[in-house]
This record gives sequence, C-alpha cells and structure tokens, in this order.
Amino acid sequence: MTTQVAETGHDDHAHGPAKGITRWLFTTNHKDIGSMYLIFSLIMLFIGGSMAFVIRAELFQPGLQLVEPNFFNQMITMHGLIMVFGAVMPAFVGLANWMIPLMIGAPDMALPRLNNLSFWILPFAFSMMMVTLFMDGGGPNFGWTFYAPLSTTYAPPSVTFFIFAIHMMGASSIMGAINVVVTIVNMRAPGMGYMKMPMFCWTWLITAFLLIAVMPVLAGVVTMMLMDIHFGTSFFDAGGGGDPVLFQHVFWFFGHPEVYIMILPSFGVVSQVIPTFARKKLFGYHSMVYAIIAIAVLSFVVWAHHMFTVGMPLAGELFFMYTTMLIAVPTGVKIFNWVSTMFKGSMTFETPMLYSIAFVILFTIGGLSGIMLALAPVDFVYHDTYFVVAHFHYVLVPGAIFGIFAAVYYWLPKWSGKMYDEGLAKFHFWVSFVGLNLTFFPMHFVGLAGMPRRIPDYPLQFADFNMIVSVGAFLFGTSQLIFVFILIKTLRSGKAAPQSPWESAEGLEWTIPSPAPYHTFATPPKVD
Amino acid sequence: MKLARPLPLALICVAMFGFGFLLVPIYTVFCEWTGINGKTSGAYEASTAELNVEERTIKVQFVSNHNANLGWPFKPVEEQVSVKLGEKRQVMFNVINPTNAPVVAQAVPSVAPSEAAPFLHKIECFCFEQQDLLAGENKNMPLLFFVDSDLPEHITKLTLSYTLFDVTPEADSLAQR
Amino acid sequence: MLQNVRILSVLLAFFPALAWSEWEVNMTRGVTDTSAAIYDLHMIVFYICVVISIVVFGVMFWSMYHHRKSKGAEPHPFHESSTIEILWTIVPLIILIVILVPATKTLIQTYDTAESDIDIQVTGYQWKWRYKYIGQDVDFFSVITTPSDEIYNKAEKNPNYLLEVDRPLVLPINKKIRFLFTSNDVIHAWWVPALALKKDAIPGFINESSTKINEPGIYRGQCAELCGKDHGFMPIVIKAVTESEYVAWVAEQKALKQKEASASQKDWSMEELMAKGEEVYNKNCSACHQPTGVGLPPVFPALKDSPIALGPIQDHMDIVFSGKAGTGMSAYGEQLSAVELAAVVTYERNAWGNNVGDKLLPADVEKLKGGK
Repeated sequence: MTTQVAETGHDDHAHGPAKGITRWLFTTNHKDIGSMYLIFSLIMLFIGGSMAFVIRAELFQPGLQLVEPNFFNQMITMHGLIMVFGAVMPAFVGLANWMIPLMIGAPDMALPRLNNLSFWILPFAFSMMMVTLFMDGGGPNFGWTFYAPLSTTYAPPSVTFFIFAIHMMGASSIMGAINVVVTIVNMRAPGMGYMKMPMFCWTWLITAFLLIAVMPVLAGVVTMMLMDIHFGTSFFDAGGGGDPVLFQHVFWFFGHPEVYIMILPSFGVVSQVIPTFARKKLFGYHSMVYAIIAIAVLSFVVWAHHMFTVGMPLAGELFFMYTTMLIAVPTGVKIFNWVSTMFKGSMTFETPMLYSIAFVILFTIGGLSGIMLALAPVDFVYHDTYFVVAHFHYVLVPGAIFGIFAAVYYWLPKWSGKMYDEGLAKFHFWVSFVGLNLTFFPMHFVGLAGMPRRIPDYPLQFADFNMIVSVGAFLFGTSQLIFVFILIKTLRSGKAAPQSPWESAEGLEWTIPSPAPYHTFATPPKVD
Repeated sequence: MKLARPLPLALICVAMFGFGFLLVPIYTVFCEWTGINGKTSGAYEASTAELNVEERTIKVQFVSNHNANLGWPFKPVEEQVSVKLGEKRQVMFNVINPTNAPVVAQAVPSVAPSEAAPFLHKIECFCFEQQDLLAGENKNMPLLFFVDSDLPEHITKLTLSYTLFDVTPEADSLAQR
Repeated sequence: MLQNVRILSVLLAFFPALAWSEWEVNMTRGVTDTSAAIYDLHMIVFYICVVISIVVFGVMFWSMYHHRKSKGAEPHPFHESSTIEILWTIVPLIILIVILVPATKTLIQTYDTAESDIDIQVTGYQWKWRYKYIGQDVDFFSVITTPSDEIYNKAEKNPNYLLEVDRPLVLPINKKIRFLFTSNDVIHAWWVPALALKKDAIPGFINESSTKINEPGIYRGQCAELCGKDHGFMPIVIKAVTESEYVAWVAEQKALKQKEASASQKDWSMEELMAKGEEVYNKNCSACHQPTGVGLPPVFPALKDSPIALGPIQDHMDIVFSGKAGTGMSAYGEQLSAVELAAVVTYERNAWGNNVGDKLLPADVEKLKGGK
C-alpha cells in the first residue's frame, strides 16, 4: 500500500511550488506547512514572551507600577495559553510535518489537505483569543487553567470567545495528531519496522495518541463551561447540584497528558541529536521506546496531583502520590540512557548538542523538583507557589523550547540548504542558558520562602529575588532576538550546507540533498 | 487508500462520545459511593423497621454559608447537637429574607470529614427542594436526620454545612430590581 | 577590607531592595508538629535529589570532559546492556520507596482525626476572609489594611506590606484547632506557611484541616488560588496567644458586639454618618468603585451620579445588603454592622457631588436585618 500512495503522489505533484501567496494558502506540501507552523510558533513565542515581559516588569519591584491587577491576570492567562497552545505545540507539529515524512521515507503526510486545514485554523483561533483583550471587561483573566467558577459565573463576557478559540485549537491539534498517526502507521518505507523508526517518530507517534485521547476532553470541559454560562446547566455550580472540583478533575485529566505532549517530542529530538554528536548509537533504543510508552500510559492516572489541596480523602492522595512517583522511573531510564550515550563517545559540541546537553541537565533539575512536588504532604506547602512556577518552567523552557532550538539548529541546514553561523548560535545558546537560569532558578527560593503564584504585587521579603528574576527574564527574552537574527542571516547569506552537515548523523533525512527538494521520496527508499 | 473496518471505528467514536456524555453522572455516582467530595446522598429511603440505636454518641455540628449576592441571615438554631448513632433527630435552620422581593433559594449540603458523608442520612431536609421566601419572611426550616451505626470508630465529630444559593429565576429577579 | 565595603555598597545600589529583606531561600520549619515533619521530609527529599544530580551530572560531565573528540576519544560502539538497564530501573524504584515511607507517614499525620478543641469556619470572599468561631458567637471579616498609597508607591512601604489585616485570627496555642473551609464565591486557598497548612475553599463544599500551634507569635499568609482581581491582596494574619489570653480575647469580642448593638440604637447625625461612611467606603468599596466614586466602567460602575445612589433609598440599601447577581458586587449585609451599612449608604448618596440629602439610620438597618 505504501508504494501505491507514493506513486500516485509522484504523478499528481511532479511540479514545483505554486507562485505567490496561493503557495501558502492552498499548499498541501508537508515542508511548506511545516515551515508555516514553525514561523507561526516563533511569532507566538514573541507575543507570549512580550506578555511575560509585562509580568516581569510589574514584578520587578513591590508595588503596582505599570498595570492594574486585572490586566496582570489577563497577561498571566494569555502568556500561559499562548505559550502552550501557540508556541510549543505548533512548533512540534511543524517539526513533525517537516521531519516525519523525511525520516520514514514518505513522500508527504498521509492526509495533506487535512494538514493544510489544521494549520490555517490556528491563526484564526489565536486572533480570536487575542482580540478578547480589547473587549469590554477584558480578556480571560482566570489563569491558563481557568478554574470554575472564576471562569464561568465570574468571568468577563469575552469568555465565550475564549471557549470558541480553545475549540478551534483543539480541532487543529486533533487533526494534526491523526495525520501523524496515519502517516507513521501507513507510510513507512519498506523495511522500516516500528523498532527501526527514528526515536523522534516514536515520540511523536505516542504524542499523537495522547493528543487524540485528551484534546476531546479539553473540548468537553470548555463545552460544559459554555453550557453553564449560556444554557443554564450547572456542571460546575454547586447551587444547581454541580461541583467546581469536577472542573479540575476533567481539566487535569486533559492537562497532565498535555504536559507530556509538550515534552515527548523534545525527548525525540534529543535522542536524535545526542547520538549524532557523541558519534555513537543511541544507548538502549528499546528501553527508550518502552519508557515513552510507560510515561504516556502513566500520564492518565496521575492527574489529581495537581489538586492535592482540594480536600481529597487520604486514599486518593496516596494513590496519586504513588502513581506520580512511578513516572520518575521511566523518565530516569531516559536520562540514564542519554548519559550513557555520551559515555565513551567521541563528543563535539556544536549548537544542537549544546542545547541537548542543557536539555538533559535542566530537565533533570525540573524532574527532581517534580519528585519533590509529587509528595502530597510537602505539596501542601509547595502548591500554587513560585516553586511550582519554577518547576514547570524548568521542564518546559529547557525541555520543550530548548528541544525545539536543538531541532531547528540540527535540521536547519537540511531545510534551508545553508549553514547557520556557529559562533553566533553558540552565543545565542550561552545567553539563553544564563538568562534562563537567572530567571527560573531564584523562583525556587521565593516559592519556598512563601510567595504565591499569580500575584501582581508581593510582600517585601521577596523583593530581591524577584528583581533578579526580572533581570534574567529580560535577558532571556531579548536574547531570542539573536535567534531571529541568526535565522535571517542563515537564509540570506549562510554558507551552502552539504547533504549531511554532521559528521556521523544517521537517518533517511540525510540521504537527500540539502536543501530538501520540494518533493522527496517519490519512490520509497529501501531500509534494510 | 480504503477505509479499513468502518464498523469498529464507528463504534469507537460512539463509545468515546458516550464516555464524555456520561462523565458527569459517573463522577456523581463515584463521589456518592466514596464520599470523596463530602456530598451527601438524597433522601434516605427509610425502612419502616426500627433503627438500631447504639450507645455511642457523636457530635454533629451545623454550619451555614450563603453564596455571593445573598446577604441573608441564615443560621442553624442549634450549632451543635449530640446524638446517639441510629437516633433520629430533628433540627431547625432559620432564614430571613430581608429584601422587599420574593426569592427562591436552594441549600446545598456538604459534610466534613468527607469520609463521614455516606453515613449521614437525611430523612427530611429543606435542601431536597427549592425554598420560596416571601419578601421579609422569617422562616424555620426542618432537617430530620440520623447517623448510621456503621460510622468509623475514629470519627467523633462531624460537621454538616449548608450553603444557600440564590436560584430565583432570571426573569423574576429582573422584574424585582 | 575597605575595598570590599566599597564593592558591597556599589552592589547595594544595584539592589535597593536588599535593605528590605533577608535572602530567604528555604521553607520555614513552622510552629506545628506537622509543619516540622513536612519540613524534615522536604529536606530529606532535597538531599536525595542533590545526591542523584551529583551522580548523574558527575558521570555526564566526566564523559563530556574525557570523551571529547578534540581529546582524541574514539567512540565505543556499545549501545545496549540488559543488566545495566534493569539495574537502573530497580535502583530508582528502591529510592522512591525509601522516599515514600516517610512521605506516607507524614501524610497520615496531616490527616489526624483526633477530636478538636476549637472549630473555626473560614470562608473566602472576593477578597477577604471571614472567621466564625463555631459555638462562640464570634464572627468577623479580616480585611487587608495596607493603604493604597503604599501599593501605588506614593508612600514608603511598611515591613508588613500586603501582610497586614484589620482583625487577625486569634488562636490559642497547644489546642487542637479544626478549620472548616468554604467560600462565598470562587475558589480560594487559605495558606499559612508557618502552619504548613494550605487548603482550598470551595463554594458549596466544606473542607477540613486541623493544626496545633506550639509557639505564640504572629504568623502571616496569603491566598494561594487565583480568585480574581485582588487575589494578591487578601492576606491572612494569625495571632497565636496563650490560652488565658485567648479566653480574654473571646470575652472582649462579645463585649464589643454588645457595644455595637447599642450603638445602632443611637440617633446618628448626618455628620457622624458621613464621617463613618467615608471610612467604611474607603475600606470596603473604593477598590472597585474608586475613592472618588467614578468606578472602573464597565465592570465596576460609577456611583457618582448613578441612578441607584440617587434613586429610592430602599433600593440602594437592597443592593448594598444583598449584592447584585452576576457581577462583582457582593452582599455586604453580613460583612458590615448596621452602623457601617447605614453610614456607607448615606455617604454614597451625599458624597462626590451626589446630593440626595437623606440619611439611613442604623436602627432601620437593624430592622431590615431581622426581617419585617
């Protein structure tokens, strides 16, 4: 069957890209769509980042200086939503679009028109979400977790637009995920069994299943909100027999797998990059695959560890504490495997490798604070403080974002046919690395000392660390302009990249010319 | 590419929708069964047989709240009673509607510790139905309950809380303002 | 030495905040047995995490240093070893079990079900706390007292900035205190670090938690669940006192209540009501309706020239008393005393150019409170 698809694809599309804007509007080419996803997510990264600037500027010193508390709440909400749904997830879908067909030797994604649709929903969804900021009563101001009843009975009127935007993002993600699953299941090159797939494809396959499983749950929970707000139901209103805690259960049943959705593809990227620069095969391929599957399965039974303080019975707390701790085991296996891949290798430290190493170190720190947070009794103190903020930024920024940077630097020569400026890229790395740690490490301290999250102003004892955090955030944020500069410089005047710019990179993507032609693998390659 | 096995796929879709649809009732049943969130069950279907009254006594505390937009005095007449396990007891809650318009209120019960919720049985309760309160009305509302003799040993005091919600239909509340 | 001082002072100039705070980097050990147990558990896990990271990063940095291509390292082509892979699945499992034993013990300790001496109902409101001592007839709201001039940087901030309230929660030491948490509107979370106690206050439900304070003192905390605009401005202050002081305090509260009741029977003059009203307004209303009555439309309407403040006094009273459904206007009927209610309504009708000229007497409010 795979051959058949490949051949028809060849006959229908034996021409280059269309000219002008229609190329981007109507494209069904996985590379074009991948690029659009990546550019979209970069724009969102800057929008979400500028909101973080507003937050950190307000928190630079105690007192209210720049914004009113209500606007501050809108900023933290939008920052979270945009970074999660606008920056990280589309970037991963973009990488999947670009790389999965190249890695498994397929001519394109299995469902190209669906692919186009799933991208083009996003700009509309995010425009709708962001215009709420200019509406009467302001945009969503209830945090990215939008706990009821703050987000239902007490929400600004714009919440309806927010719900519709979430529905659209969800639809887009589900379509993207279905596309990935169908592509990987049906379109692998002859001879490429599941256990021969590159790790990036494996992580994305699992991620796609997670997305298909939980995005409908998110859609469900926002639909319940919509019904409560406009149609007189009381899912989350105790007055009509509902329960506000039900919201949290449903939300986190989506939310916890969601955080793995945001980290698994990064695991995949790092598992591609580290072997290349250690000049050694990935250690423990099989256990890596089993570990991802174990993490994905466990992610469905740990959700209530986000809710240790809602007043669960002892048995519930114990159950969720134990299952959460269990996740540390497969995650540990992955980290040990990466370290052993480096062990006795022959390492060089190009930018993708630097990002991957930073990923392993900083993600481990985030993972360890995760173990601390998993302990229910101590979580009574950590819960909803800056310690939590530090934890999830440590897993998401060096986790997801650094993974994406590693991927971009690693595959940019393949995409553009040009080499990036290694010196500048290393500079970008080191500034980001310092900025990131300066931003998020002191958050552990203020959190432990007792600073709650999501507050626009704070008592004086947290002043020093907050100032450092803000300085770090400005550094980290501004340093991303270097990244944009590097991208532009590469595209305009980068040196031509060879077919395989990395000394010992393995995989089908390096068997095609750089830049990758508009159509690749019209005839499937043979994998032995 | 031919769609493989349409029937199982359709069944999966139906099952997924069904699961989503049933999420709320399942949660309610689950919570009632385990008493996870301190929700008490509905009216106790009293069997005519005499209840087995035990010597062990337990303190039952009553607290009252009201949801936002209700500044009404609403309190238990007795804040705490001691009852024997299995003994039926009637207590009163007093509510005053100080506004000059009729309102409809719904009381929502909750028990702490939530572990005790399945053992508190209400035979009659003002929370079973919505309460109409005339303008300026001062009303005593009854609760007839007993505590199950299967209550775990370590619980010596339990608290029953009622939160009063304003559920006056939208149209009426607009007319009165 | 002198040079060091000079460098230090330059650094100090960079961090003016340094003067305000000590560099607090860790959790407090707290003043209860539970909080100490939690602190100990936190430290145990922290040290275990430190050891794990030293081992993992040690191996990693060692190989990054020694197995560099530039040092001429040759790659060793091993890439699988069942023994070692099983080993590093089992070892973390064992470490986890080692952590889980004390964690489970501590968790069970926090669920202590022994009977309590004092029960206090804690209700979260947007944006204040209400404490009701069950069976004691003591019931009051606790509202932030940090002046808005300090928040908006027009005045120097005091050391308890954002952590000060008008009426602290007074608790006796060495008594088991059981809290019952609930909320009037959205979900709040009551958190006092020194007690290591954080519990969500959920509308329509009650949650319980208990504590036993070992040392007298003043302990401060904040709301920990985003609850709207002024989430950052609803602190908690606990004053832990000896038992005898506590008994005296309860008696004093009861006397105060009596005095308040008699005050409402007095015939208040317009000037008295206006003065009292301004005070009450600035404490309770000005966050939304603004000190000059202009509000923050469209969410928080203006009171200046508003049809309600200029309309019939009964309707004005109703809205203050019962709030307005679906808006941020909560019911003040129970939050304020009869005198305060009468004063604030009178004030709103006669301030900032509003000039109705009538006044509401505390005695009338008292009648309303008791039903007709």
